[in-house]
Amino acid sequence: MMETLDQIFVLLSRWLVGFLPAGWQTAAGVVLGVAAIVCLFPALFALTVLLERKGLGRMQNRIGPNRVGPFGILQPVADGLKSLTKEDIVPTRADGVVHFLAPLVLVTAVFMGFAVLPMGRNMTLVKMDASLLFYFAVGAPTELSIFMAGWSSRNKYSLLGAMRAVAQMISYEVPLLVSTVAVVMIAGSLSLDKIVEAQNHYTWGLPHWYIFTPWGFAGFVLFAIAATAETNRSPFDLPEGESELVAGYHTEYSGFKFALFFLGEYLGMFSVAGLGATLFLGGWSAPFSFLGWVPSWIWFFAKLLLAMCAFIWLRGTLPRLRQDQLMNFAWKFVLPLAMLNLMVAALWHFLGHGWARWVICSAILAVSYVLLAWAEMRGRRLGPRSYRYAG
Amino acid sequence: MLGEGILKGLAETAKNFAGSFVSAERLTTVQYPEERIAPIEATRDFPFLVYDGADWEAGLRCVACQICEKECPPKCIYIEKSTDKKPDFTGKPQFYPARFDIDISVCMSCQICVEVCPFEAIKMDTEFELSTEDRFAGLLFDRKQLAKPNEHYRKIHPAEAAAVDARLAAEKAKAGARAKAASDAAAAKAAARPAEGGD
Repeated sequence: MMETLDQIFVLLSRWLVGFLPAGWQTAAGVVLGVAAIVCLFPALFALTVLLERKGLGRMQNRIGPNRVGPFGILQPVADGLKSLTKEDIVPTRADGVVHFLAPLVLVTAVFMGFAVLPMGRNMTLVKMDASLLFYFAVGAPTELSIFMAGWSSRNKYSLLGAMRAVAQMISYEVPLLVSTVAVVMIAGSLSLDKIVEAQNHYTWGLPHWYIFTPWGFAGFVLFAIAATAETNRSPFDLPEGESELVAGYHTEYSGFKFALFFLGEYLGMFSVAGLGATLFLGGWSAPFSFLGWVPSWIWFFAKLLLAMCAFIWLRGTLPRLRQDQLMNFAWKFVLPLAMLNLMVAALWHFLGHGWARWVICSAILAVSYVLLAWAEMRGRRLGPRSYRYAG
Repeated sequence: MLGEGILKGLAETAKNFAGSFVSAERLTTVQYPEERIAPIEATRDFPFLVYDGADWEAGLRCVACQICEKECPPKCIYIEKSTDKKPDFTGKPQFYPARFDIDISVCMSCQICVEVCPFEAIKMDTEFELSTEDRFAGLLFDRKQLAKPNEHYRKIHPAEAAAVDARLAAEKAKAGARAKAASDAAAAKAAARPAEGGD
């Protein structure tokens, strides 16, 4: 019974496809999978927007939206209808084609990433040996799309926002990749399915997730920081900093195109949260061995939503960074630690199965974190904000 | 230590989040159309014209002196002076506004008209639910819409209205005394004249 429930989507897809002639079945299966992803994640997006608005409200001692439907649960529907019916304004002097293409490129590129995420046992749309590489390769156009949006709008705020976005996303792409390489080194595979399999073992009922190792924990924290910056999420939301840039690269977008940008941003968060869960939190594997009977896809989406809650919590807490703080943090703190984490992961691999590797690896990471933080704070490159006024 | 502040901040927001479900006094939101807070004494938004008695047209205190019209910084007041006169609250014949319009879409609620008025005829109202479908005619108030009884003034600004009422009463008493003195003097003069004539 539980086996069936675990594989329910796979079986459902197989049953539906079974109605078609044999030659069409493979293609139809893929189309079905794509349709499921394209429907599911925007639905999750609506849920997350509601969670975010209510949650942020509570964090600021407000009630949050509570007018549309009971407890405001229909708010996303109202928001969606509003953006659908709004006038779509294109600036007269904008580059029409690029302006039109930018949101499409963003959403398409972000959706592509979901193809390789294992959302449950046997629930990877495209099984690939180098799926991690594929994920990052298809994710690259998101930067391009943001720059397209900023450039084609012919608006100084849009362009500044796009410049910031490109600088930020390229800077944080490096630590994002480097922190995932440690996982690849230990798991010995670029395939996300194999990485999940490698973590799906239990000792004394506890899972072998990579986050429970010193290098994995450090890697996860670095990955989370880089992922937050990569998705232009607060506190790294400089590309759309309302207080200084109106709305950044999507200043000149309205109506449904703006909604697409909004959707793309949240889909990017889902996708990167899914990747983080897959790499460090054991993907679809259960957190305790006695919970193994719960369908695997529930665990994946639970981890995804938990990550979204963390994103919301961070947004409700942290103020926006300044551009130089952002860059210093990326190149002088996150990247060196990510590089060091690679070394530590290698050390972990070669130190064998004793307790020694736990002590050594943890000590190296903790000491380097403390020392690097101390040095950077002393150099006033990181740490509390200080302002020098002219005159 | 780097990251300490972030943890502290996260704890603070978590406390807010959890606390907002437990303690009602954390949520300060007043859900407006259903719940309202009584306006404070000094609340003001747009001017209105005070009238005494039951008939708004007869009771208007305004004498169409047009000081407010001239002083109004955004020039939102338009007054047409009457050609005839009517007695004011002391009984003295005065002009009255044949037309008195305020465009509240222009008014900036500065209260200068109230401060310059020598007749306590224009005061600030607290009514703020003035949205309308016609943004031109719907926001241009004529003297009928502007006229509100003194009772309304007493209700919205009790302390201020009491002071104004006392001042007006004193003025009226003084004017009455002066009129009485004048009529007494006239009567005395009239009484004295026959004696003179008889001389």
